Amino acid sequence: MASNPRAFAGEIAVGEEREALVVENLTRTQIVQYAGASGDFNPIHHDEPFATKTAGYPSVFAHGMLTMGLTGRLLTDWLGDGVLRSFGVRFVRQVWPGDTLTARGRVVAVEDHPSGCLATIEVATRNQNGEEVVAGTAKALLPRRGA
Amino acid sequence: MADGFSFPVDRTAILLFASAIGETNPVYYDEEHARATALGGVIAPPTFGVASAHWNPRHVFRGVRRIPPLPPSPAAEGAGGAPRPERGEGGSMARILHGEQRFEYHEPLRPGMRLRVETRPGKSWEKEGRRGGTLRFSEIVSEYRDESGRLVLTATSVGIVTGKAVEG
Repeated sequence: MASNPRAFAGEIAVGEEREALVVENLTRTQIVQYAGASGDFNPIHHDEPFATKTAGYPSVFAHGMLTMGLTGRLLTDWLGDGVLRSFGVRFVRQVWPGDTLTARGRVVAVEDHPSGCLATIEVATRNQNGEEVVAGTAKALLPRRGA
Repeated sequence: MADGFSFPVDRTAILLFASAIGETNPVYYDEEHARATALGGVIAPPTFGVASAHWNPRHVFRGVRRIPPLPPSPAAEGAGGAPRPERGEGGSMARILHGEQRFEYHEPLRPGMRLRVETRPGKSWEKEGRRGGTLRFSEIVSEYRDESGRLVLTATSVGIVTGKAVEG
């Protein structure tokens, strides 16, 4: 599978970490933009009266998939494009307008693979209060440099 | 029961999606840049597969969309399309939360791919939630295949139906 790696087999090691600020002061506009791009028009994510009066939440909140997409940027900026073999998260807490999110990844396993290595990354994204909003795991197939 | 629809992948959809998640990586929009990499052209970000919702006639959260038309099925009858939140309808939608999402990648999604998405129910289970009463979990598994039938993406979504609003 063609890929554009930024991390390489033989160089990445268990314990290696990477952190990235993935959104600062999340706007309702970005949430609406995500609704349009993803096709998920659940009103709980953009309709304030619905979210508060009908549904009983303090305000609209971001799609879980927006937070997953933001978290994915940490992985691709770190590991490369087209290198992920899997990516899965649990949605732990809601993300609200005004939130600032930091994603952090840590290499927890590196296995040999015929075309390089398969790295397992534990990933978690936290809000400005240090609370986890998503947590999960990704696997990336990384070739050797120059391969 | 498997349920399927077509999902043509195009560059504008990828651009809109990449923009919405705050991407600046040119591999998602700059064909010249992307062609010079080993990828050989623009690809989609890892979570883009969910944007197939636009083409899914049974997608629950359609907004005002009338295309693609709702399929003639018992589920669609009487619903008259999406609930109207401005009339206080759709409160039950607020009880559905997205609990987990997993992707298995076989090939990057690329502009020009004409994918077929087949969805089927996966596992389901129940759990007592501390904050939201009884929680009902159910998986939906979507397989994305290209025109030759080759699997390019598997997406598993876990929905949670809660007893009441859950505060994070």
